[in-house]
Amino acid sequence: MSTAANPRQIVIRLIFISMAVVMLLRLFFLQIIESKYKVMANDIAIFRKVVYPPRGAILDRKMRPMLYNERVYDLMVTPSDVSKSMDTVAFCNALGIDVPAFIKLVNRATVKTGPRRKGVFIEQLSQEQSARFQENMYNFPGFEMAERFIRTYPKPIAALMLGYIGEVSPDMLKKERYASYQQGDYTGLNGLERSYEDVLRGQRGVHFLERDKFNRPRDPYKGGILDTPEIAGKNLELYLDAELQEYAEKLMQNKLGSVVAIDPQTGGILTMVSAPSYDPNLLKGAEKTRNYSKLYKDATHPLLNRATQATYQPGSTMKPMTGLIALDVGAITPSFGYPCRGGYYACSKRIGCTHTDAGHAANLRLALAHSCNSYFVHVFRMTVDSKKFGDVKKGVQKWHEYCSNFGFGHPTGVDIPFEGKGQLPDSNTYNKMYNGAWNSCTMLYVGMGQGEIALTPLQITNAMCIIANKGYYYTPHFVKKIGNNPKDDLLKPYLEKHVVLHIPDTTFNIIHQGMQDVVDHGTGTVAKLEGINICAKTGTVENKAVVNGEAMKMKDHSVFVAFAPRENPKIAIAVVVENAGFGASWAGPIASLIIEKYLRDSVSSKRKYLEEKMYGANLINRYTAEIDSAQRRRDEARRIRLTEQKKLNDSLAYDKKRLQAERFFRKYYFNNSKK
Amino acid sequence: MSQNKSLFSRVDSVTLMLYIALVVVGLLAVFSVEYHAGEAIFMSSKNYTKQTQWLGISLFVGLIILFTDSKFFSSFAFLSYTLGLLLLIVTIFAGVDIKGSHSWLGIGSIRFQPGEVCKIFTSLALAKFLSSPDTNFMTLRHRLIGASIALVPALMIILQKETGLALVYFSFFLVMYREGLPNIILIVTSLLVVLALTSLLVDRTVLFIAITLLAAGGAYLIRRELKRNMTMRIVLIGTWGFCILFSQVLVPVMFKHILQKHQVERIYSTLGKEVPQEYMKDPQRDEKKGNVSDYNVMQSKIAIGSGGFWGKGFLNGTSTKNEFVPEQHTDFIFCAIGEQFGFFGSLILIGLYLMLMLRILYIAERQRSAFSRIYGYCVAAILFFHFAINISMTIGLAPVIGITLPFLSYGGSSLLSFSILMFILLRLDIDRQVMIR
Repeated sequence: MSTAANPRQIVIRLIFISMAVVMLLRLFFLQIIESKYKVMANDIAIFRKVVYPPRGAILDRKMRPMLYNERVYDLMVTPSDVSKSMDTVAFCNALGIDVPAFIKLVNRATVKTGPRRKGVFIEQLSQEQSARFQENMYNFPGFEMAERFIRTYPKPIAALMLGYIGEVSPDMLKKERYASYQQGDYTGLNGLERSYEDVLRGQRGVHFLERDKFNRPRDPYKGGILDTPEIAGKNLELYLDAELQEYAEKLMQNKLGSVVAIDPQTGGILTMVSAPSYDPNLLKGAEKTRNYSKLYKDATHPLLNRATQATYQPGSTMKPMTGLIALDVGAITPSFGYPCRGGYYACSKRIGCTHTDAGHAANLRLALAHSCNSYFVHVFRMTVDSKKFGDVKKGVQKWHEYCSNFGFGHPTGVDIPFEGKGQLPDSNTYNKMYNGAWNSCTMLYVGMGQGEIALTPLQITNAMCIIANKGYYYTPHFVKKIGNNPKDDLLKPYLEKHVVLHIPDTTFNIIHQGMQDVVDHGTGTVAKLEGINICAKTGTVENKAVVNGEAMKMKDHSVFVAFAPRENPKIAIAVVVENAGFGASWAGPIASLIIEKYLRDSVSSKRKYLEEKMYGANLINRYTAEIDSAQRRRDEARRIRLTEQKKLNDSLAYDKKRLQAERFFRKYYFNNSKK
Repeated sequence: MSQNKSLFSRVDSVTLMLYIALVVVGLLAVFSVEYHAGEAIFMSSKNYTKQTQWLGISLFVGLIILFTDSKFFSSFAFLSYTLGLLLLIVTIFAGVDIKGSHSWLGIGSIRFQPGEVCKIFTSLALAKFLSSPDTNFMTLRHRLIGASIALVPALMIILQKETGLALVYFSFFLVMYREGLPNIILIVTSLLVVLALTSLLVDRTVLFIAITLLAAGGAYLIRRELKRNMTMRIVLIGTWGFCILFSQVLVPVMFKHILQKHQVERIYSTLGKEVPQEYMKDPQRDEKKGNVSDYNVMQSKIAIGSGGFWGKGFLNGTSTKNEFVPEQHTDFIFCAIGEQFGFFGSLILIGLYLMLMLRILYIAERQRSAFSRIYGYCVAAILFFHFAINISMTIGLAPVIGITLPFLSYGGSSLLSFSILMFILLRLDIDRQVMIR
């Protein structure tokens, strides 16, 4: 039977072949010409998963953790996998919840993440819950534990220095610095967490996963060749001594003020206390917002880092610096003396001095030991009036330059954010104040640390480092090593030695001697330690505050600066206790106890009474609440004024634009149409 | 022993190779949509394991068939057909509901679809009837008997709500066409399909005017004939009247009252149009829900379309592996090929099918007995219908009808019945010089 005999079999064959051809044409169009399906396939099937590496920990100088990631477990549920025959009562017993709560939680997870995806059932299981659940886990299909890390501070210390993390705000996301962040990411918001964000954070990984129709991630896409791995954050090792920090914070309890201790040989900060402090663990987890607003409203401002942001007149602690500048300029020699008789009268006004006996300021060393106001006011005047500068304005400029080199009047550059710059007057300041008509008599208070000068405790401590080091300093900083590397790029600025004074060591020895005399038999004997030569200077700073609308003289700030040991300085310290009284009565003992603790690791039993006295004292100014509320009222008024000003400016600008538009219209449209 | 050897050597090796190739491709396809990296390969719960077992059973049954006397199939053709019909009747009443269809019979944990197996019996019966010397296929009576042999099982399967499978039985008309059904039926049928589609796509009033104009134009062209010939006038007016009736009344009635909601949706989805208000069963709800059938076809097109020329590679199909395509291991198994092996793979697969079908036609034509020839055509027609409709529906050329892709789709009934169809043909082909009645 040949094919020609029956044309119908050819028709059937043609039908078969033409069908195949039509299909192939269609497939050619679908698979080769049309490209949208490839895009759609990727859109529906590929899931971009961002993997967050663990954030770096922060360790103290002895490698004790101060801030690390604590492992917590969340209980996750996949509602569709929960078997109907599960023993719900046993499950609830293991977790310590009741059955209605169980139903509520399952429903919540179902609504939130859908029935087929894993959702959170209980966040952060307690240890007991997780232990009991793990024992019986095989009985409860659909439930599993998911590991998560939260930032934890093992001890409630150094809150403001370590800082905290929080979600990036929409405003921050607009900034270039946060270009690599997404909404919901965490970032350091304060303290070291903020300054070292880039190294602590590590590098996020991006994994491409295939997902199925229920949006559940499955296998890695293309075997993971497109993935970028996550890189863990680096650990920070600090100069800070956790034990010393805890001790200093305890000494400062119930006081306002701050302690800064620096190792002068490296610039490493050993302790930084801002009192009152708060438990850093308050600012993590679910209670964060509530706790933050509580702290924010507190009249004692626990969120203000008094060590770097608050400024104080240095008072008598300024005197060593005044002397040094005078020596470097060449205005005096160490043997220069001033015949003080209990006051300074050269500027037709009396500046009191606590000593009246003759010869108490017969030379620099004696003047320092006795903290003679007349001597240093006079030396300051001699410096700025020095003949080689020509006139007082140039003299003050030169003095300002010296002080700048000391780190005054601008942030020192410490590695925590929001540092204050203090106040440092120059000629312009006085030109403005006195309309250009002023001389060294007008501003001589600056020489004894009162008047227009104001420093942060950190700046004062840094100045102590310069004296201890005989002329140079390293920028104060917290971090010793980043990921075990002491020479990380971020640490470069802190490895640079700043030389600010060029006077011989013998001259420095005289200043040191004078400061040692302060402790040995001067105003600061309370700080004396057997076997260690401490160089120190007390300060008692007059201050005023506005209470209920009138300026009131408050109790003096108690200030104490010191470094020790004199021969080989290992610690320089400044202590400020607000409204506490004499420098020697509160700040002095605290400084000396911290020095003893640091240099000897423990405090001798003979001095325990000092500790007890410090622990027990409550020196918070009784006007704090009034001062604070008045300040907040003023701030509020200022804020309102500024917003109104802005509104006014905006409307003016709007009017201006409208007028411009109108003019434009008249010129080009109205006139033309008239023609 | 020597007889057995010669038996195997006479099996048509080309057909057997094509069959094996397709079955292996099918196993790999089912495997690829289920397997995820890192899993144990042989797990009894997996479909590909079950499919392997079914393949074993199929080959075993095929072997038995090869050892059976070829006359057995023709002798028992009507008996098996009757048994098949009985099974179908039983299924109408005792069927198990699976995914909305009522076409499965369950014995213990084993389930099978009588409608699937009945294709074999119907093929044998049709071959037996048409090849019988008493049958004169030129008479209307015998043509009607032939049509009923094909359509009675189809009717029963429609009663089981498995319309897709029932449509397969219409492929027997291709066989009957080969055996002498007039050409005009083929032409009229295709014209009717075109008319039905047009009436769905074009506004009904416009269509009415168009048909009338066409009839008037035709009348003008043959006006001389019309004047002389009364029959021509009746034929012309009758054709015009039927076209109007078909497009204006029959199609709307069918869509409104006879077809089910998902069928209407699938047809419109293929045409790329929204279901019009008048055909919605529950307009307010349906409008909100949208066309569900669109989703299946869209996912299927995405899977196939994203394959490109070379495909994404074996086991790299993101759409099929992650279950985006519904029914991807059964009716939409072609997606797995299209996605993983691209246009190139699809070309080869379609080529394999075409070769197999043409080979079957070749085998059919070389038979000495009419029974074997007609049976061969039956096999080719069934294969073609499954192949054409299944692949067309995955690429959006045909509405979604639940029928399997032969040898590839997962499913024991399907694989076994197609294997039996093939092996009976191979057995008959061994005895192609023998007259079988």
